[in-house]
Amino acid sequence: MDIPRVWRLIPQRYRLEGTQCSNCDAIQFPPMMICPECKSRNQKPYNLNGKGKVYSYSTVYAPLTQFEDMAPYVVALIDLKEGTRITAQLTDVAPADVNIGMDVEMVIRKISERGSNGVISYGYKFRPLIDF
Amino acid sequence: MRKVAIVGLAQVPVKENWTNGLRELAVTAVLDAMDDADIKNVDALYIGNMLGSNFSDQSNLGALISENAALDVNEAVTVEAACGSGSAAFRQAVLAVASGTVDTAIAVGVEKLTEYSEVSPANGLATAADADYEAAMGLSFVSINALLMRRYMHEYKCDKNNFAGFVINAHKNAVHNKNAMFQSAITEANYNKAKMIADPINLLDSSPISDGAAAVVITTADKASQYTNKPVLVTACEVGMDTIALSRRANPLRLKAVENSTARAFQVAGIKHQDIDVLEAHDAFSIMTTLALEAAGFAEFGKATQLAKEDIIGINGRLPLSTFGGLKARGHPVGATGLYQIVEATLQLRNEAPDAIQVPEPRRAMTQNIGGSASFVITNILERI
Repeated sequence: MDIPRVWRLIPQRYRLEGTQCSNCDAIQFPPMMICPECKSRNQKPYNLNGKGKVYSYSTVYAPLTQFEDMAPYVVALIDLKEGTRITAQLTDVAPADVNIGMDVEMVIRKISERGSNGVISYGYKFRPLIDF
Repeated sequence: MRKVAIVGLAQVPVKENWTNGLRELAVTAVLDAMDDADIKNVDALYIGNMLGSNFSDQSNLGALISENAALDVNEAVTVEAACGSGSAAFRQAVLAVASGTVDTAIAVGVEKLTEYSEVSPANGLATAADADYEAAMGLSFVSINALLMRRYMHEYKCDKNNFAGFVINAHKNAVHNKNAMFQSAITEANYNKAKMIADPINLLDSSPISDGAAAVVITTADKASQYTNKPVLVTACEVGMDTIALSRRANPLRLKAVENSTARAFQVAGIKHQDIDVLEAHDAFSIMTTLALEAAGFAEFGKATQLAKEDIIGINGRLPLSTFGGLKARGHPVGATGLYQIVEATLQLRNEAPDAIQVPEPRRAMTQNIGGSASFVITNILERI
């Protein structure tokens, strides 16, 4: 990813900013310009709280070129508390310890680099939920 | 709308084709299909291609291919719908002829994935997914299918072994297809030992990175006999749509686009499941075969792997599947794949398949071409006249 896209995605990547419909209250991630439920264009930003459960997961051994240094890594579909689902990498966990239904929470991590001199982009990954 | 028929076809062997680029692959398929139909020119050319601009630095394929094939066409344009591009181009050709806009058209699918060494072909394939919210987070296209496979195995308490039958069947048929990338049989032991790509998808669950081109010439059913004594009618060519990202689907294991595309095609053609004599499914991954068979109504949800047996999906079974090897063993040159399926189904209906993989006297064939994680799906029904 290059600079304009990295900057454009900051609200989503740093604070899980989705949208809530002002008409029917439906919550969406990624943000939608029109509500898929009621078709209202009146959408306001809504920050998801970043807690959820693993819906499915996979360990990637043959990654895209910009993720080669990180392989193998785990990607997952996560059911968020608000009722939406998100696609993200899991972190701070060994592939063998991941399971469907596991509680996870969002953290900020390095996502990728564009070449050796390029932009380093940061954003959400999910780790096993830690109870304090 | 006028009735439409396929009157010519051609395919280039699927492989890592270092000696040919986009233009040589496409022009060969176009000219060979015209020779097969014994036709000198056509009114329009529709090109299915996904990654010309990524991997060959080439857009504007309409001009490139029509010029290099010395076609005097009124119109030549690319149609793109990821891995569904081939059938998407076919649909434009069918609609153009059916509507009366043109009398003759060629649909050609072409893909060249083995051109670059510094970027993985996987990067190109991942552009079929949501760029900001799937690929940019580290998801390869394989891993998106792996998420589906893992969830499927979890929900239906299904062993990975259950998928092997689809793969063994595809390879068994490809042995007899000289245009297939892998003309070799595999065993269940090979399947179980294959290297993981994105757990639980291993190398033998996956179709290969390949180059290729395939084409058909179409015209009206009325004019078909001018070109061939074995015309094949296109009785349906119907699309279904779904979200681009998996995360946006209420139940990702139910492929809505497959369900809608199949239902529309069956309605338009006026047929039922048991009327299908040959099925070329989109077996890019064994999980995609499974989910598509269920959403299309050939099996109940959670039970499609029970079909993966020789007496059901073999050449002499009740639902012959991937009869030339499918995407798995013939290969998957993405934007060309839909047209390989159509060419193969047409060969079956003409009784021109190699003896060992000729389905006995088929009357009706179905091809189903899937773009993205089943975000764009086309179901074609072809019938012998």
